Amino acid sequence: ITNVNKDLKVKPITKILIANRGEIACRVMRTAKSKGVKTVAVYSEADKNSLHVSMADESYLIGPAAAKESYLCGNKILEVAKRSGAQAIHPGYGFLSENSDFADLCEKEGIIFIGPPSDAIKAMGSKSASKDIMIKAGVPTIPGYHGEDQSMSVLKREAAKIGYPVLIKAVMGGGGKGMRIVEREEDLEDGVESSKREAIASFGDSRVLVEKYLVHPRHVEIQVFADRHGNCVHLFERDCSVQRRHQKIIEEAPAPHLSEELRKKMGDAAVAAAKAVGYVGAGTVEFILSADNTFFFMEMNTRLQVEHPITEMITKQDLVEWQLKVAESQTLPLEQEQLKIHGHSFEARIYAENPDSDFLPGTGKLAHLSTPTPSDTLRVETGVRQGDEVSVYYDPMIAKLVVWDQDREKALRYLRNALDEYHIIGLNTNISFLKRLSTHPSFMAGEVETGFIPIHKESLMAPQAPMSDDSLALAATSLLLKEINQQQNKEDPNSPWSSLGGFRINHNLKKQVKFNQKDNKVVVDVEFLGGSGKQNFRVTLNNGKVVEVLDAKLNQNNETISAHVNGRFYNNIKSVIVKDTLTIFNEGQQYQLDIPQDIKPKGGDGVLGSLVSPMPGKITKVMVNVGDSVKKGQPILLMEAMKMEHTIRSPIDGKVESLPYNVNEIVEDKKTLAVIV
Amino acid sequence: GDKSSLMMKMNYSSSTTDRTFNILDGTIDKNSVEYKENLSNMNTTLKQLKENIEKIKLGGGKKLNDKNISRGKMLVRERIEALVDVGSPFLEFSQLAGWEMYGKEEVSAGGIVTGIGKIHGIECVIVANDSTVKGGTYFPITVKKHLRAQEIAQENNLPCIYLVDSGGANLPRQADVFPDRDHFGRIFFNQANMSAKRIPQIAVVMGSCTAGGAYVPAMADESVIVKGTGTIFLGGPPLVKAATGEVVTSEELGGADLHCRTSGVTDHYARDDAEAIAITRRIVSNLNRKKQPSPVITPTEEPLYPTSELAGIVPSDLKKNFDIRKVIARLVDGSRFDEFKELYGTTLICGFSRVHGMPVGIIANNGILFSESAVKGAHFIELCNQRGIPLLFLQNITGFMVGKTYESKGIAKDGAKMVMAVATAKVPKITMIIGGSFGAGNYGMCGRSYSPRFLYMWPNAKISVMGGEQAASVLAQIQKDNMAKDNKQWSLEEENSFKKPISDKFEEEGSIYYSSARCWDDGVIDPQDSRKVIALSLSACLNQPINPPSDGFGVFRM
Repeated sequence: ITNVNKDLKVKPITKILIANRGEIACRVMRTAKSKGVKTVAVYSEADKNSLHVSMADESYLIGPAAAKESYLCGNKILEVAKRSGAQAIHPGYGFLSENSDFADLCEKEGIIFIGPPSDAIKAMGSKSASKDIMIKAGVPTIPGYHGEDQSMSVLKREAAKIGYPVLIKAVMGGGGKGMRIVEREEDLEDGVESSKREAIASFGDSRVLVEKYLVHPRHVEIQVFADRHGNCVHLFERDCSVQRRHQKIIEEAPAPHLSEELRKKMGDAAVAAAKAVGYVGAGTVEFILSADNTFFFMEMNTRLQVEHPITEMITKQDLVEWQLKVAESQTLPLEQEQLKIHGHSFEARIYAENPDSDFLPGTGKLAHLSTPTPSDTLRVETGVRQGDEVSVYYDPMIAKLVVWDQDREKALRYLRNALDEYHIIGLNTNISFLKRLSTHPSFMAGEVETGFIPIHKESLMAPQAPMSDDSLALAATSLLLKEINQQQNKEDPNSPWSSLGGFRINHNLKKQVKFNQKDNKVVVDVEFLGGSGKQNFRVTLNNGKVVEVLDAKLNQNNETISAHVNGRFYNNIKSVIVKDTLTIFNEGQQYQLDIPQDIKPKGGDGVLGSLVSPMPGKITKVMVNVGDSVKKGQPILLMEAMKMEHTIRSPIDGKVESLPYNVNEIVEDKKTLAVIV
Repeated sequence: GDKSSLMMKMNYSSSTTDRTFNILDGTIDKNSVEYKENLSNMNTTLKQLKENIEKIKLGGGKKLNDKNISRGKMLVRERIEALVDVGSPFLEFSQLAGWEMYGKEEVSAGGIVTGIGKIHGIECVIVANDSTVKGGTYFPITVKKHLRAQEIAQENNLPCIYLVDSGGANLPRQADVFPDRDHFGRIFFNQANMSAKRIPQIAVVMGSCTAGGAYVPAMADESVIVKGTGTIFLGGPPLVKAATGEVVTSEELGGADLHCRTSGVTDHYARDDAEAIAITRRIVSNLNRKKQPSPVITPTEEPLYPTSELAGIVPSDLKKNFDIRKVIARLVDGSRFDEFKELYGTTLICGFSRVHGMPVGIIANNGILFSESAVKGAHFIELCNQRGIPLLFLQNITGFMVGKTYESKGIAKDGAKMVMAVATAKVPKITMIIGGSFGAGNYGMCGRSYSPRFLYMWPNAKISVMGGEQAASVLAQIQKDNMAKDNKQWSLEEENSFKKPISDKFEEEGSIYYSSARCWDDGVIDPQDSRKVIALSLSACLNQPINPPSDGFGVFRM
């Protein structure tokens, strides 16, 4: 190691507090435990049964569910650190990880903050300040003109300096308003004028700025690491171009089609950036990379990133272990020359969200959860288990699926297969979307860019293939077998009344199985052909096709079915019932079939005019009182869900009979919000 | 070292023997002419039978079924399917009841569907009227089938579910339905007495319950009624009008609202059949019953030979012999049969087996009964009775041996021993008639009069006091003897034309259709379903604890 400061005393850390929750808390604890470091967890009321709480050696409640009152409460966390005797705090990502005040507070209290010095956080926290520092350090930044002089001649001169194409934006802009791309100098005047017109109309301010317009830009970031002895290395790049809602969903390392030369250039620039702010610990320098191989500094994240595992996979290093060493004032474990790229790694982020409605985040219970089996080359980074809840309070990420293989093609295939084995029931997830993404020809070719999802929207949002005959037959027969197996009498386990499913004297039992698939009614006729232990069926599908399902048997807690279907053997196809919905996973597809209830619910013929919450959320306003007369279409209450406001209106002219919820109450989905009669 | 390895060897060899030596040799020649002929005959018979069953399943026919559906009612078999646990077996009784019994009037399945079904894991007897058959009115055979189902419930300690949809007694036949001991009134007598024995009685009113019929729900422990279609009254609107001049609708007189809100005759109010059935399932789940089989039950082993081959083993000509062990090898677990007195009285085969893990003592004919076979049978029945092991009779018997030698050795006395044992055995008895059932053989082999818990017939079976030809010959011989006294001659043609109607009558009355139509049995079954039917029946029997005799005599060696 190049630099060793002999005056720095190594302070061994034997106990750390993780000021975070979910997968990152678990991730940090795993390394800590393997190094013999005791772990302290903090948790909010919503997290009292969470995985990270049960993993830690000690866990402390720090407040109510809202992060503001728990995970963001620096003093409460420091109090726990002192009480438990933790010498250091690992902030994870998000929450307090980039809060310089907290870093200062830790220092004041004599507790090591596992992260950079607060000055570095502050410096990188401001966009404009960091840009100036970077320019001084010789790190390329996006060229642009932000001046007050708005005369056309000045704008023209500056645009020429920047180089075409350029982007004209309203200074006060947002949401694409007033934004123009200008390809050639002769179009600049028109562009500026129309931009100004729109800017003044929208914001009352006509000022515009000119920036370099990047064609096919990519988001490529460099992992850097620095110690207190003045050493700083980079651990190569990650390509995180593919994003939705300005959030990454699939990342890879190394970046595809990146030359060694460019890699070195970007790496050096990142190290220079880190050194310019006296960085210590793990950090990420984000660049925007243009199709012409020019790259520009965007920002530096002064924390361990969500996607750090892919860097670990290709460098064979444990970055949390590095963080702990740096925190103990040790030198970096390796020098730049000792770091090498091995193979290729992908990370897919599994979110509770609905890709079909603009990736709207979702919440709910993970009623069924099973993952591919973790190994040296496959990691499932998660903070939840089956039965846990993805709540409205925190990030809806369920897990990160990380795979490694020798090259990009193999790793991508591995990712795709692993996604097939990732089964979640109970809430919407992006798993199917990730599968489509990972098999998209352009993605497979490494043609990534930040606009990837909008550009390929049509092919990525392709509607799900209709359910195959075999899948439907397996779904119907598995449903019947589940019912039969459920009925087994514990007192009389061998009873033929349990094992001789569907037996009838001198005829075969024919049972109709009804499903609702979205808005379609699916009716399947199943004839029992007998069998003992294994069942044989003849299934007539709704399209009239007849399918024989032979030697059908449920395995693995009745959650999978094996059977020969028209001469093809299906081994352990997952079919799970949660509440009144059967979900079947076959051939990489997940299908949901609602099981209709033939029997009317008790208590009248349904309540007319009841209003049901469309999704979980919070009541923000109640506009009527019980007993009020309302008109059809009149707003009854407002509900905030997923950062969107929903107006709940009366479906009929009538009188408000009940309003079960008050303002600020959290409501689950499909709950009656009001009854109008 | 040496000693322990020797021990291991000994253990090993003994367990090997135990694993294999009780396995029957069930091999048969499937290429033989007989096998193929038997199979083809049986298949023809079965095809006809199953076609008839399909017709019977339609109840009163499509038109009446459609009318029933248009009234928002479920068909009787749909009700049963909805009532029993999804995909569970339904052991239906006497599908052929009423078959060709009433001339032009077709009374499909006797107008009532009965059987054992599983509801929330509890085996129950279900008795369901089919209102599409003669308005669900009780013909004499309807009464008989209803009472038989109740008898099965009573003997096997099974809760009863009555899905009532009946116009009551069939008035033109009131004399054969109303007055006698085993007529209509017995239904309510049985309900009362079963209730007293803590056998739950649940009635679901899904149609009319008029006059006497009103007592089915009224006498039930718990009852459900469907709004709009279910009615209960002692006298219907026409009778009321005639008697008192009062004009009233059925619904006002005895509908769900009246009986659930005002009279209290019924306990649960359902808006339609489906809801009534859902309520009934909840009622059953709250019965607080636990089946605790008393015999030792082991895991199920499939037989080593397929049950589908049974059809090729039994000849349609009952005079032809076959080895009953080939049948047993296809019915019992692992084809295992621990035979008792293998070398003695060899025309009656006795031994211990298991069916779906349940122990069973099998008594099977392998020829005519001699004194030795009869006393062997009596001895074996005593053993099973002492040990609490249910008995399975595989009946294929032309009768006891006749002739001076045998009479002089007291075959009547030995036969009586077997009949005595069969009649008094307290363990559950199941009889399967797989061939002939003639004469006193029927008694010794637990015919209907000996109250087997269940009695089934194969389609090739025949039942009568003696074979048709034999009866004709006996009667012809008597006639000939009388004529000889008068010195009259009888030509062969005359003798044949004398014998023909007799033999025809016996043939007709001995057929399974004739027998099953009259509920002399609990149903005709496909031979390849025998193992399943035996298993389900045996398992149903185990709902009634088997109490072996605690005193009295020991086992007599005979």
